[in-house]
Amino acid sequence: MALVLNEDEIMLRDSASGFFKDKAPVKALRALRDTADATGFDRGLWSEMADMGFAGIVIDEDHGGVDMGFMAAGLVAEQMGRNLSASPFFSTAILAATALRENGTDEQKSNWLPKIAGGDAIIALAIDEGAKHNPAAISTRAEKSGNGFKLSGAKAMVVDGHVADALIVAARTSGDKGDEDGISLFIVDPKSKGVSTERTIMVDSRNAARIDLDDVEVSGDALLGELDGGMNGLRKVLSAGRAVLAAELLGAGGQAFEDTVTYIKERKQFGSIIGEFQALQHRASHLYSELELARSAVIGALSALDDGDEKADIYCAMAKAKLGAVAKLASQEGVQMHGGVGMTDEYDIGLFMKRIRVLQELLGDANFHMNSFAKSNQF
Amino acid sequence: MSDLKAFAAQTRAWLEDNCPPEMREPVKTDKDACWGGRHWTFQSQAQKIWLERMAAKGWTVPTWPKEYGGAGLSRAQEVVLLKEMKRINARIPLSSFGIWMLGPALLKFGNAAQKAEHLPKIARGEIRWCQGYSEPNAGSDLASLATKAEDKGDHYLVNGQKVWTSYADQADWIFCLVRTDNSGRKHDGISFVLFDMESEGVEARPIKLISGRSPFCETFFDDVKVPKENLVGEAGKGWSIAKYLLTHEREMIGASGHDTARPMHEVAAAFIGLENGQLSDPMLRAKIAEAEIDEWAFNLTMRRKLAEAKAGASLGADSSMLKYYGTELNKRRYELMMDASGHEGLEWESERSEDGKLARTWLRTKANSIEGGTSEIQLNIISKHILQLPGT
Repeated sequence: MALVLNEDEIMLRDSASGFFKDKAPVKALRALRDTADATGFDRGLWSEMADMGFAGIVIDEDHGGVDMGFMAAGLVAEQMGRNLSASPFFSTAILAATALRENGTDEQKSNWLPKIAGGDAIIALAIDEGAKHNPAAISTRAEKSGNGFKLSGAKAMVVDGHVADALIVAARTSGDKGDEDGISLFIVDPKSKGVSTERTIMVDSRNAARIDLDDVEVSGDALLGELDGGMNGLRKVLSAGRAVLAAELLGAGGQAFEDTVTYIKERKQFGSIIGEFQALQHRASHLYSELELARSAVIGALSALDDGDEKADIYCAMAKAKLGAVAKLASQEGVQMHGGVGMTDEYDIGLFMKRIRVLQELLGDANFHMNSFAKSNQF
Repeated sequence: MSDLKAFAAQTRAWLEDNCPPEMREPVKTDKDACWGGRHWTFQSQAQKIWLERMAAKGWTVPTWPKEYGGAGLSRAQEVVLLKEMKRINARIPLSSFGIWMLGPALLKFGNAAQKAEHLPKIARGEIRWCQGYSEPNAGSDLASLATKAEDKGDHYLVNGQKVWTSYADQADWIFCLVRTDNSGRKHDGISFVLFDMESEGVEARPIKLISGRSPFCETFFDDVKVPKENLVGEAGKGWSIAKYLLTHEREMIGASGHDTARPMHEVAAAFIGLENGQLSDPMLRAKIAEAEIDEWAFNLTMRRKLAEAKAGASLGADSSMLKYYGTELNKRRYELMMDASGHEGLEWESERSEDGKLARTWLRTKANSIEGGTSEIQLNIISKHILQLPGT
C-alpha cells in the first residue's frame, strides 16, 4: 500500500487545488445560497470539472472516463472540502458511476457512463428512508408488474435528487425491512408518473431531496444488477462513497483547522496574541495530531479500494468513522477558538461546521461505522 | 522494485534457516527480551545463537554502515526485513538503548575513534548502555540540569545525581548530560559525555515503582573521572545532541507495542465473553472499536511518516506528534483492558495472573506519557515548531 503520494498524484492534487480555489471558493457557495439558486450548484462549473476529467475520474476510458481510480477521486474531493465547492461530484461521479460500472449491463453502461463523464447527466442514488443511514432498512417495494416493476415508497436524503436526470433507487423485491437480502436497484426516470420530488435545502446550503414513489412503473431493463442482490451490488458503491466522503471531510476539517490556527495567531486579548496561551496551543496541537491520523486513514482506505484489498470495505468504514469524529472536533474547536466571530455568518468557520455536520452523517456516522467495524471483526 | 523483491526472497530464506524455533514464540516475560551487555545471562542457547547470527549479518542494526557492525541497508530494505521477521514472528534479537538512542547520535555527532570504539560493541550486544538525562530538579525542564563536570586537564570530574536512569543497575556504560559551564544561557553550558558505569564513584540505586518493578534507578556520581576523549561533539554543545537523541527516543516510545499487540477485542472477549456475537458489554465494545480504529490510523501514520522522511532523516517535530499520540493511545489500551478484565485483572501475585502481568503493565504504561518528555511538552513542541504559534 502506497502511503505517500506519487508524482502524478501530487500533480493532480495541485491542479485540483488551484482549480477549486479559483473557480469554486467558499464565496461561490455563499453566492449560491444568497441568490437562492434553484440548482444549488453552478452547471458551468460542473461542465468545467468534466473537461478536467473529474466527472469521469472512476469511469473507464471506453466509456469516456479517465479511470484514475479512487485515490485520485479522493484527492479531488479533499480540495472540494477545503473550498466547500458545490457540485454533483459525489452523487454522480462517485456513487452513480460506481453503481453503474459495478452492476450495469453493457447497454446501461453505454447509456449513462459517457454522459456522466461528459458532465451531461446528473444521477442521484436513493437509498435511505429513515433519519439515519441504514441500507438494510429499506421498505420501499418493487412489485412485479407485467414485464417490469412497480415501485412505491419514500426516500430521504437523496443528494442532488431535485436536479437528477435519473435516479438509482434501492427497493425491496423480497424479504422485510432490515433484511440484507431481497433488495434490488432500479434506474428510474424522475419524470415518470408517480414520482414526486421535494428539494430539501440542508444546513450546509447544499442539495438533497425527499422523493416519494407512488406506483411508479419501470420496465424490466430498469433493473440494475441482480434481482434481490442489491445489497451486494451496493457494497463497493457505499465503500467508495464513504472513502470519498472521508477525503472531503479531511479537506473541510483541515481547512477549518488552518483557518483557526491563522486566527489565533492574529487575535489579541489581555495584550497578547491568544495563540500564546497553552490552553489553546495544546488543543490545537492535539487536533493537528488527530488530523495526521485522519489523513493516514483516508489514504489507507482509498488505496485499499484501488488495490482491490479484501479488507477494503472495512477500511472504508474505519476511515469514515475516524474522519467523522476528527472533522467534527476540528469544526467545534474552530468555532470555539474563534470566539464571538465564530458565531457570525461573516466568518467561514461556521460554514465548515455545517458542511462537516452533513458529510459526517452521509452514508453513516462514526457510531454506525464503529458498529460495523466491530461486527466485521466478530465482536 | 525487482531488487527489493530479490532481497525479500533472500531474507525470507535466510530467516527460515537461521531463526531458531524458540525465537519465534511470543515474548512472555521481560526476560525473553535480550539486552546483552557484560553481565547478561542468556535465557537459552537459542537466544544466544539468534543474537550472534543476526549480529554477524549486521541485522541487529540493519541501516548502520557495515564498518560499524550494520548491514548498510536502505530504509526500504529495512522495512522488508522487519516484515519478513514479523511474518515468522521472529523476536527482535537485541533490545538496546545503544541501538535506539545512542547509536544514531554517535553516527551523527561522534568522532571516528568514538564510532569505531562504541558502535560495533552496541551492534553485537557486548556493551549495554543507559541514559543519564533527568535529574531531581530537571525533568520536563531538562536544560536546568546541574550535574557538574569540572575541567581537570585530561579529564572531567563529574559530581551530581541523575534520576529515572533506565536499567542503570544493569548497564555497562552511560551516555550522560553534564554541565560544563554555568555562566551563560542554561542550554549552552551542557555537554554530552560517555563513561563506564564501573568507574569509581558511580552508584545506581533501583527505584521501586507503582508496578512493583524497578526498571529505573537513581544514579549518583561522586568525583567520577571521565577522560576527555569521551566528550561527544564540542564542550557546551551537548544540548543539540540531546535533542537529536530525544527525537529518536520519542519515535521508539510512540511506536512501542501497537503493531504487534493482540487486538483489544480478543483480549476483552476472553474475559467477558460474547452475547449474540457481540462483546457482552456494549459500552465497552464501542470504546474498544473506537480505540482499535485509532490504533489502525496511528500505525498507518507511523508508516507514512517514515516513508515520507528520506532514508536516515529524522522526522523532526513530527516525532513529538507520534510520541504524544502513541503513548496516550497505549494508556487508553490498558485502561480498556483493565476494564475488560474486571476482578481478574486486579490479581497481583497469583500464578493464574502471571504475577499480575496485566495490572503491572497497565501501571507501567502510565510512564509512557511522562518519560522522554511528557505529553504536555510534546504538545508544546508541536505548537512551536509545527503550528508556529507564538511563545509566551
